[in-house]
Amino acid sequence: MTLTDDSHDQTLTLPAVLDSRGAPASLVADGVSAWFGDHHVLRDVTLPMPAGRVTALIGPSGCGKSTFLRILNRMHELVPGASLAGEVRLDGNDIYDPARRPIESRRRIGMVFQKANPFPTMSIHDNVLAGLALTGKRVRGRAADELVERSLRSAGLWDEVRTRLDAPGASLSGGQQQRLCIARALAVRPDVLLMDEPCLALDPTSTRRVEETIRAIADEVTVVIVTHNMQQAHRVSDRCAFFLAAEGQPGYIVEQGDTDDIFERPQDSRTSDYVNGRFG
Amino acid sequence: MSTLVTPETERIAQPAVAGRDPAVGQPPQRRVRIGGADPELVSHVVSAAAGALGLVWLVYERLVPMTGAIGFWLCWYVAFLALLTAVSATTLDRVGVTDRLVGALVTTAGLVLVACLAGIVLFTAVRGKAALSHLNFYTQTTAYIGPEAPLDQGGVFAAMVGTLEQVAISVVLSVPLGIATAVYLSEVRGKLARIVRSVVEAMSAVPTIVAGLFIYSLLILKLGQERSGFAAAMALSVSMIPVVTTTAEVVLRLVPNGLREASLALGTTHWQTVRRVVLPTARPGLVTAVLLGVARVIGETSPVLLVAGATNELNWDPTHNPQLSLPLFVFTDMRMPIDNAIARAFGAAVVLLLVVVVLFGLARILGGRPPGHVSRRKLRRLARQRQARATRLESEPVR
Amino acid sequence: MSSTPDLVANPEAARRVLTTRPTAQDIGFVAAARSAAVSTLVLMGLIGLFLLIGAWPALKSQGFHFLTRTEWLPETGTFGIASLLWGTILVGLLALVVAVPLGFGAALFISEYAPRSLKSSLVTLVDLMAAVPSIVYAMWALFFLQGHMLQVSQWLSVHFGSVLPFLRVDTPDSPSSYTSSAFIAGAAVGVVVLPTITSIMREVFAQAPIGEREGAIALGATRWGMIRTVVIPFGRAGIVGGIMLGLGRALGETIVVYAIISPSFDLTTRPLQSGTNTIASHIASRYSESGGVALSGLLGAGLVLFLFTLVVNTLAGVVVSRSRSGAATEI
Repeated sequence: MTLTDDSHDQTLTLPAVLDSRGAPASLVADGVSAWFGDHHVLRDVTLPMPAGRVTALIGPSGCGKSTFLRILNRMHELVPGASLAGEVRLDGNDIYDPARRPIESRRRIGMVFQKANPFPTMSIHDNVLAGLALTGKRVRGRAADELVERSLRSAGLWDEVRTRLDAPGASLSGGQQQRLCIARALAVRPDVLLMDEPCLALDPTSTRRVEETIRAIADEVTVVIVTHNMQQAHRVSDRCAFFLAAEGQPGYIVEQGDTDDIFERPQDSRTSDYVNGRFG
Repeated sequence: MSTLVTPETERIAQPAVAGRDPAVGQPPQRRVRIGGADPELVSHVVSAAAGALGLVWLVYERLVPMTGAIGFWLCWYVAFLALLTAVSATTLDRVGVTDRLVGALVTTAGLVLVACLAGIVLFTAVRGKAALSHLNFYTQTTAYIGPEAPLDQGGVFAAMVGTLEQVAISVVLSVPLGIATAVYLSEVRGKLARIVRSVVEAMSAVPTIVAGLFIYSLLILKLGQERSGFAAAMALSVSMIPVVTTTAEVVLRLVPNGLREASLALGTTHWQTVRRVVLPTARPGLVTAVLLGVARVIGETSPVLLVAGATNELNWDPTHNPQLSLPLFVFTDMRMPIDNAIARAFGAAVVLLLVVVVLFGLARILGGRPPGHVSRRKLRRLARQRQARATRLESEPVR
Repeated sequence: MSSTPDLVANPEAARRVLTTRPTAQDIGFVAAARSAAVSTLVLMGLIGLFLLIGAWPALKSQGFHFLTRTEWLPETGTFGIASLLWGTILVGLLALVVAVPLGFGAALFISEYAPRSLKSSLVTLVDLMAAVPSIVYAMWALFFLQGHMLQVSQWLSVHFGSVLPFLRVDTPDSPSSYTSSAFIAGAAVGVVVLPTITSIMREVFAQAPIGEREGAIALGATRWGMIRTVVIPFGRAGIVGGIMLGLGRALGETIVVYAIISPSFDLTTRPLQSGTNTIASHIASRYSESGGVALSGLLGAGLVLFLFTLVVNTLAGVVVSRSRSGAATEI
């Protein structure tokens, strides 16, 4: 295990410790449409999210970006009356195949939410390990401590909490809680990490640290991030997809491509209006 | 515009180029309904249940030291759980199997709860049917007939009258006091509020038998009054007041503060605000509070047992002489080793249940109406007023 | 041109005293409301005072032995509530043994497992069950439950009596030695308090925050894993509060116990065996033949029961209101 001593560099070179899943996976949405009851909210979204890259979903609020994100880890179906069409393929295998349980897909596709949700009755240490405990992989003793340290370092939180790992999860500030949630999601070694406007409720300093974390973890997980902060999308992502929805109409992708192309050479006038701040 | 070309992405059609509407020229999409019954779960449960049934049927009474139907089904349940665990373990990991097992246990608990209530209601109804099917049950009393009398004689009329009067008096005593106290706690909020609230909570902890004992020793022994319906009503009030007060206070608290402020800003006094804004807004909830208080108290046997006296005669006067009521009727008759008496007791119990259910339903319906709800009758009246005003304006000379 | 206030020159301004003169209406209103509240206080005070005064002769004559004597013979001047108190607690605990697991499971079922379309019907069902008068439960227990539980009691006693002494019975082969026992009464009271416990726990479970639930599900938890990690820790106080309130209700239950048991004044060490007694049931059975010291003794017993119930209920209220889950729950 190589440790970099520089306190600004929060990442470690990661060996495969717990299991053999090493490389991040690619995620592809193919013709995905979504409904809540009869209310059509997403129309024919096709989007490749390449392995090891950060893909940002941008667009004004209410265009179905968060709905789309929740379709990617099978949380959409928790809403009664929700339905969808199309396929979502993780490394070529459709996660909505009836033979696959949602639980298995969720263990490979993690999620960080808009509002940080650490488990308040657990300590920081236990929060990080919660994902493993919940999926039945018990880790104890030295292996547990190493995993906790590694995950917290990946999330950029280790230095701030190393002396109080037994404090309750809810005793941290908002930005720290969000980074704790990132550490918790990373501890299960997912192939993909979905992030639903993770910095919305955070101050600029915490936002910067979370963005640093996103850039740092990109080699071990594929990241898909929803944000309506365009500068953040520009800073953090490799690819962008611009969502739009007319009043009362389902959302769809107007344009997608490399971030630089989207921001500097947008093909569609609506895209160029949005990225230049003329609306949304 | 570029897209990262990987073997995976190559297989997809070109991503949407700017401007083209993706919905044009495509066949309607096939919707996938997710969720719903998991076929694997159903097959596991059915196979475990059937397997357990077969297993227990084979070994029951031969290997297991139990007899009777109860034992059989208990063994079946244990075998079912064991088989379910085993079958689930073939396709699920440890957490999945635990989840299944817990799901089975929890569902059992839910079913037992429903079965208990259904069982109690059905049992009482079935046993009471014999008495209830006679019309005299509702119109006659059991005075002047013995307990062995056949079911086409006698009934609960006296008991119903007694219950009605006692509850009515109790309502008259408890509701104004309870609501006024609730108003004090919620609107006036004086210095005594904390003490009063604690005391009301303490009062709700008084066991009903102790309330009966209190009225018995105070009213009947100390003050030398006789056992009567009024005494029973007072004993019931002791239990009713805290229920009405607590529920009413919750309801009054729920009235948005903005309404009070709007009224005060118009220059009203505190009393006018309470009377014309707060209370009308809270009215459905207050009605619920009263109905719930009545439902709670109407079936209480212990308070009336001590102070209402023993009689079978119809007594319209709650202030003199003992008075019968439904719970007392049930209690007296059920303990006699006489079939007809027990049948009558079950009949009375059904009547009591019906009254409680009706009150409960009323409380739900009336309490669910939002403030400002206008009933159909009031709508018709308003329409008539509007008509009258319109014709009046037409007939006036133009100024 | 804008200006900024000169903060240095002005010394702290003198604060004004605000007075209001209430209108006659308001004076009357406040007086009326206050008198209602005071009446409630007075009524409660009267109850407490009267119980105390009424019980005083008995307490004085028996002294501390009131709590330790088991026999109830006021004619001879010796009586005490030890067996009554013990029986009350025993029946209460047996009721909890029946009601808590069932109630916890049913609350979880309604809150987490039941299909959405059934949920509100189930909640109404539980509330309705709580409103059913205890006399109806008493009839059901006497004419239905007891018959079936005799078999269970007998089986338990015959097969485990040799190992666990408290399960023994004097004449194990005769079914009549199992009737009217603390066990059956406890089970019946358990069914009576089941809806109370279920509805409090359910209300608390339903308020577990959705953010934490989603966090657990997104990590790949099963339903039980999510419940174990989020719902139950959140609802801990509600669980404890519900149990205590159920106990309070069980302690005061009169009619069900009275209908089932056959009174005995030994300290019940064998719940499966016929014969036990509780304070509430004892009061109900002896009030009419009591006067003087005997009645005073009953009042004393009632006072003790009331204090017990009061303590349990108050503790329940404190536990629930101090927790995250309880802040919005009404008991």
